[in-house]
Amino acid sequence: MIEASFLPAALSDHAPVLLVLVPMVLAAIVAAQPSGRFGWLAALIGVVSTLILALDIYGQMQASGAPVAYAIGGWQPPYGIEFRIDGLNIALLLLLGVMGTLALIFALPSVADEIAKSKQSLFYAAFLICFTGLVGVSTTGDAFNLFVFLEISSIPTYALIAMGAQKDRRALTASFNYLVLGTIGATFFVIGVGFLYMSTGTLNMADIARLLVEQNDNRVVQVAFGFILVGLALKAALFPLHMWLPNGYAYAPNFVTTFLASTATKVAFYALIRFTFDIFDPTASFVTGLLTWVITPLAVMAMVISSAQAIFQVNVRRILAYSSVAQVGYMMLGFGIASLAGVSAGMLHLLNHALMKGALFVALGAFSYAYGVRRIDDFKGLGQLMPGVSAAFTIGGLSLIGVPFTVGFVSKFYLVSAALERGWWWAVALIVFSSVLAVFYVYRILINIWVNPAPVHEPAIKVRRVPMMILIPLWILALANLVFGVQTDLLVGLAQDAARAALDGGMGL
Amino acid sequence: MVELISERFNYIIVIALMMIGLYGVVSSANLVKRLVGLSIFQTSVFLLYITMGKVFGGVPPILPYPAEHGDGHGSDAGHGTAAAHAGEGAHHSVEAAHDGDHIQSDAQTHGATPGATQSDAHAGAQGADVAHGASQAASHGDLRERVGEAVHSLAEQAAHHDAGPAAYDGVHHTAEIIYSNPLPHVLILTAIVVGVATLAVGLALVVRIRESYGTIEDSAIARADYSDEIERGTA
Repeated sequence: MIEASFLPAALSDHAPVLLVLVPMVLAAIVAAQPSGRFGWLAALIGVVSTLILALDIYGQMQASGAPVAYAIGGWQPPYGIEFRIDGLNIALLLLLGVMGTLALIFALPSVADEIAKSKQSLFYAAFLICFTGLVGVSTTGDAFNLFVFLEISSIPTYALIAMGAQKDRRALTASFNYLVLGTIGATFFVIGVGFLYMSTGTLNMADIARLLVEQNDNRVVQVAFGFILVGLALKAALFPLHMWLPNGYAYAPNFVTTFLASTATKVAFYALIRFTFDIFDPTASFVTGLLTWVITPLAVMAMVISSAQAIFQVNVRRILAYSSVAQVGYMMLGFGIASLAGVSAGMLHLLNHALMKGALFVALGAFSYAYGVRRIDDFKGLGQLMPGVSAAFTIGGLSLIGVPFTVGFVSKFYLVSAALERGWWWAVALIVFSSVLAVFYVYRILINIWVNPAPVHEPAIKVRRVPMMILIPLWILALANLVFGVQTDLLVGLAQDAARAALDGGMGL
Repeated sequence: MVELISERFNYIIVIALMMIGLYGVVSSANLVKRLVGLSIFQTSVFLLYITMGKVFGGVPPILPYPAEHGDGHGSDAGHGTAAAHAGEGAHHSVEAAHDGDHIQSDAQTHGATPGATQSDAHAGAQGADVAHGASQAASHGDLRERVGEAVHSLAEQAAHHDAGPAAYDGVHHTAEIIYSNPLPHVLILTAIVVGVATLAVGLALVVRIRESYGTIEDSAIARADYSDEIERGTA
């Protein structure tokens, strides 16, 4: 893709820290001024700069074949905080840059529609802080720093979800529940980090990994793994710790749901992979045992039960939210398989799921912008009224099921072959079964959109044209679902590099 | 049994607070009480970190400054070097004290440099702090007075000590000192800030919930949501 660094040396030398610094400084500037439009522009600058810097770092890694490390303030690790980017987190950074940019283009009309004018600049400031946190989690090489960034991303997320209260007051309780559960998750994580610090005396991830090799029998280390697993699984919405997610996604503003669905749980999933394979010893019996006997059963339960729950929802966004929990199940299954093929299938599904859910939630945003609809019954006849947006939604839905020539098929194909490699026939059967359930809930929406006639409204509903700012990211995402369903090299390559970096500890390039 | 409990007293408090906090979060229907539970839960983790920061027999992780740096400080170079050597010597003797036997030779070769001030060079581990102070001061050559003071007090310390049991004393002493590791304190300072921010956002949400629902009881909120749905015919 990119072979070498292209920014001037002054920038590319400090790229890892600028990734975090640019959106953070912009957030403060945006919060200090009242204009929503300026806030949007600054947010776009912050997100695009992250994308450019991530591409530059990718180029640096391609050129040197080694991870890019940055010692903050010149304090060498393990004494100082280190930012470290290898094959695993570069995939996350690129995802954050791309999805953040597309979601923000969609944000301008959507946020203008849903958020009061006086609150818009603060809204964008909160978004930038959230984005800073997510980028920070995917950049840092320090275990405690990861906790801080996790909370930096979570706290504004609670505020962003609560902003949906202007349309539906249930957003407030959804946000409150997320706050309670998210904080418990983060606290569990920090307890685990504390135990790791007790047993190694260091917080630098690479240093911990080096010192843990000898300590597989240490009960403190085993307990630390348990706490970190539960804490991050809560943030990643692994079944049955997903209770905050459906309401949060259903009542948040459209832009927030789009952004969170395609990034936030992914970043927690990344942290889970980083800790399990890179920091703990993946060959230790307590790690393999937990992955096989706890994570894998929960993952398949998520796939089946959440897909079944999705079928019975009335609110379309709740359908997609439950489907998200099911998709997290697919990723977790790849994680539970714990082989190179399994983790790369999980990472591939992570990237692909961001494309699918991005397209679906932007399309929902377009429907909501034009008609203000959320319930499944209100989707009747939308196919005739808005054929373009409906077509894009259909592509996303088919991709969610895993129809061939969409990205959903590619990641399920890799997941199935990873399960077969392990000899887990039952897992393959459950993947297929869960896909059949996905057919049902997607079918319920699509049948309303395309087949059922629109109800006749006495006073004609005021319809607004969907602006280009929504259509452009929508079609980019929808077409990406098709293009990367055929041209699989790029995303599969990224995912396999990531898995190699996680499992072999090398660069994976 | 009593000894077991008293040894782990802090951890028992941590576990008790953690459980009380979690119980408060899940059992209470009042949103504010839930936040209180959440805060107690977080506080238990702060205490856990502070507890692990207490180390028996630890020494401050201050590295002695390399001796050659002391030379470059003008007319007072002599003092600087001497102090730096003293620091190094004392540091070595701390290490040696752990081994238990090399103390004599080590302290004599290095620590004897400030012998001009009649030090017996057996300051040993006890003088370590002073010596560290000296070495630090020496690295900032302009603080001549402090260097002089440090060297002087080192000499005094040394003078009061017998040659023989110094090493043993050192070991005995460091094992008794409870050293506070600053790192967990700093970490927990960060975590406290995060906790306060979370609590603030949580309370702000409760205020908004109270404004729009008129209640902060979970069951009443659920009832209000349900009757909303009945009205809209979506239930």
